[in-house]
Amino acid sequence: MLSLVTFLPLVGALVILLAIRSDGAARTTALGVSLLTFVISLGLLNGFDTSTARFQFLEEVEWLPEYGIAYRMGVDGISLPFVLLTTFLTPICLLASWESVQKRVREYLMAFLALESFVVGVFCALDFILFYVLWEAMLIPMFLIIGVWGGPNRVYAALKFFLYTLAGSVLMLVAILSLGYAGHTFSVPALMALPLSFSFQVWLFLGLFASFAVKVPMWPVHTWLPDAHVEAPTAGSVILAGILLKMGAYGFLRFSLPILPDASRFFIPLIFGLSLVAVVYTALVALMQKDLKKLVAYSSVSHMGFVTIGIFALNQQGLEGSLLQMINHGIVAGALFLAVGVIYDRMHTREIARFGGVAHVMPVYAVIFMIFTMASVGLPGTNSFVGEILILLGAFLANKAVAMVAATGLVFGAAYMLWMFKRVVFGPIGNDEVRAMKDLSAREVALFLPLLVLVFWIGFYPGPFLNLFHASVEHLLTQAAVVKTGAVTLAPF
Amino acid sequence: MPVQMPDINLVTMLPEILIAILGLVVLLKSAWGDENRGGKLVLMAIAGVAAAAAITLGSGNGSSFGGFFINDPFARAMKLLMFLATALVLFMSMAFMKRNKYDGGEYQVLTLMALLGGMIMASAGDFIVLYLGLELMSLSIYVLAAWNRDDVRSNEAGLKYFVLGSMASGFLLYGITLIYGTTGTTVFTGVATALGHGHVTSATVLGVVLVLAGLSFKVAAAPFHMWAPDVYEGAPTSVTAFMAVLPKVAAFAAIFRVLLIAFPSLHSHWNPLLQLVALFSLAVGAIAAIAQTNIKRMLAYSSIGHVGFILLGLTAHSGLGYQSVVAYLAIYIFTNVGAFAVILLLNREGVGDEVADYKGLAHKRPMVAFLMALFMFSMAGIPPLAGFMGKLYVFMAAIQSGMMALAIAGVLFSAIGAFYYLRIVKVMYFDQPAEGAFAMPLDLPARAILAVTGVIMLFWGLFPGSLLAWSAASIKVFL
Repeated sequence: MLSLVTFLPLVGALVILLAIRSDGAARTTALGVSLLTFVISLGLLNGFDTSTARFQFLEEVEWLPEYGIAYRMGVDGISLPFVLLTTFLTPICLLASWESVQKRVREYLMAFLALESFVVGVFCALDFILFYVLWEAMLIPMFLIIGVWGGPNRVYAALKFFLYTLAGSVLMLVAILSLGYAGHTFSVPALMALPLSFSFQVWLFLGLFASFAVKVPMWPVHTWLPDAHVEAPTAGSVILAGILLKMGAYGFLRFSLPILPDASRFFIPLIFGLSLVAVVYTALVALMQKDLKKLVAYSSVSHMGFVTIGIFALNQQGLEGSLLQMINHGIVAGALFLAVGVIYDRMHTREIARFGGVAHVMPVYAVIFMIFTMASVGLPGTNSFVGEILILLGAFLANKAVAMVAATGLVFGAAYMLWMFKRVVFGPIGNDEVRAMKDLSAREVALFLPLLVLVFWIGFYPGPFLNLFHASVEHLLTQAAVVKTGAVTLAPF
Repeated sequence: MPVQMPDINLVTMLPEILIAILGLVVLLKSAWGDENRGGKLVLMAIAGVAAAAAITLGSGNGSSFGGFFINDPFARAMKLLMFLATALVLFMSMAFMKRNKYDGGEYQVLTLMALLGGMIMASAGDFIVLYLGLELMSLSIYVLAAWNRDDVRSNEAGLKYFVLGSMASGFLLYGITLIYGTTGTTVFTGVATALGHGHVTSATVLGVVLVLAGLSFKVAAAPFHMWAPDVYEGAPTSVTAFMAVLPKVAAFAAIFRVLLIAFPSLHSHWNPLLQLVALFSLAVGAIAAIAQTNIKRMLAYSSIGHVGFILLGLTAHSGLGYQSVVAYLAIYIFTNVGAFAVILLLNREGVGDEVADYKGLAHKRPMVAFLMALFMFSMAGIPPLAGFMGKLYVFMAAIQSGMMALAIAGVLFSAIGAFYYLRIVKVMYFDQPAEGAFAMPLDLPARAILAVTGVIMLFWGLFPGSLLAWSAASIKVFL
């Protein structure tokens, strides 16, 4: 079942490669495949038992048995939401690029479907080597999506994205190999039970941190993100903000906390410090942006700072808030990038100063854009409110000073989003180009509709979502609280 | 006084004999054959190589001339890799020869002689035999490098390779004499016994260092790499492909035997040296390649980097390490042959060797560009391609042996090195194409080679089990 969800998009990409010649047919096929993947992944949700923290839908096939490497797949309450988020956002992305991508359409669709496969695989992998393979493989399609279909400075952005991520990842590889050698297996559930010595844990944590921190991205290794976001095509930005950024935080949850609990607790001050800088500093940076996409990109860094604070608060509120906030951010930041894409498609600029008075010519758009802006700010009734309040609650229980500084991030967040919204949407019509813009088409409304539903659903009734990861978070907390300092270590440590 | 005959056991060297005869036959046929015989001779040579491969696979263990010549699983594995490399490169160069209106058979003869030299190196159990094999291989390749008689750069490449190569041979020979002088024998096992009894003097160590330097030159490991970029660039592309793969396999086979059979007791002397060479090669391979604008030069530096990884596996000094070396070599051969096949193919269509000449290739030749991207990503070690599996095992071995600092250096250099592989992909996919379209259809050899190497990249990347089992079996003799 998991393999089906994971590899169906890749099969779709192969079909497009081998059997389909026309762009139109390829578009329909890709959308169909991604929708089918989404439906099947809903089947996962249906068969998922929320009362247990165990890994479900397990699959295991031998791969390289002599070193304990196997094809191991499985999901729990922490990974399943991300699988669903991925399968949910991909059809929206494909629909979003229906008209804006006109060159080399087939290749674009293949890259996107391959990307979906690898990302879903990353969230399902329960073998560290398999995880690494998919984690790295994902770079290739994303590199091409930014580099081929991106903006004017796309080459620089694509190379920066690739090399930043790779440099972090290779250090993770050393950590993974050390861990696997010490534990004689690469099975993640087995590694969670390994009694590792403290100093070994510290080094392993730093190795994994190098990769996850780049991906989250945490300050100061976030600088690839604004470039990548600005240059990527709209759908690429949506996937990048909506899903790829979550992979780093997921890495902390899946690997760092349960496998290296002592080191994770040891590094809490570091994470809190870096996260606070991200929350406050990048919010201030966002305030100063002239480019819409850059503004949303920096806001992503700021929001992910919240998420890492919640994770390392190491309590039920913080962790559940972080998980929920990651889903929220996937929805809201995705929607904001789509909203930016809509006016970019019409005016071919993202410069805030060139807009103004959009509400007069695009009322429907203005309303939708406003709802997502409010959701990003964290207005009660929207999804982000629930996530942020839980994170702040968790942070307050863990460390009052951190919670207080983090809370100022909300104020800055409101400032840059509302100011941006005022400058773009309200006021007199800025120029004739704005006057000539048409309101949303039916296709564009269809893009936003499912996201809108989720904004209010999670905002008013987050129960089902929290319920999904409740058991797994409780289990994770017991794992992260264990003092498992033990004998297993490696020569130089 | 009875004359004692050495144990001459010609059956163990049947593949070598076959290749030698084949070379002579091709030479004669090229002298008295009919018109347009270049292609036929290539096919004949490939058939002969295939026959030699079959004989090698079917042969059992044995030795001849009192341990001078050894046929063991390791020799067979290395020879198999050399057969593969030679056959692929010969196949690949058919179109190259047709285009250059070259009908003679000398090219094939020299290729076969180089192969023969390499085979002898892989089977050598004695320093003199090793030296003979090495010289046979090297001299043939010197001539091949200067093949393009009317091209100044090709001449320069051949001459440069010859002069520097002779220097390296001199080092090697000097090392051998020192070893002989202090141990009284040139047979590997004899040397090991003598050294094991404590006959280690500074002259012996100097001998080891010189032998190592001579062999490092042949694999183009830094700091003995200076010749490689110039020679790679100047030599005809099909020859560059050949010398990127065959001498590497042969010289690594020799390094294996010399270090692990003849000098095992001096491990504490040569291992730090080898680690240093590995580190240098990784650094040079990663950093110097960035500045290159010529794709053949870039691949020269890239091969220096790969040698660094292979040496890293070797210095791990464990079964896993040796196994990773053999696996890496196999993957390296296919990746390089694939990349050079693309270069050769594009050469034929008038595309030059500058990186800028590949602009927008993805628009004009999507499939070729895709395969080239596959080879580049594989060389960069990005999963799920074969190159990643090779690096994975090298790093696994390094970590298992506690070489954490080297492993970290290795992964960082591989990340730096990724930049220039990506640059090729960038140029092919992101840049706008230059003027002119390709008219020529892909010929059968090009199709076949690209298909095989491309499939191997993915297959070994996803299912490396068989390759790893094979490489593990081949290095059992050293454990």
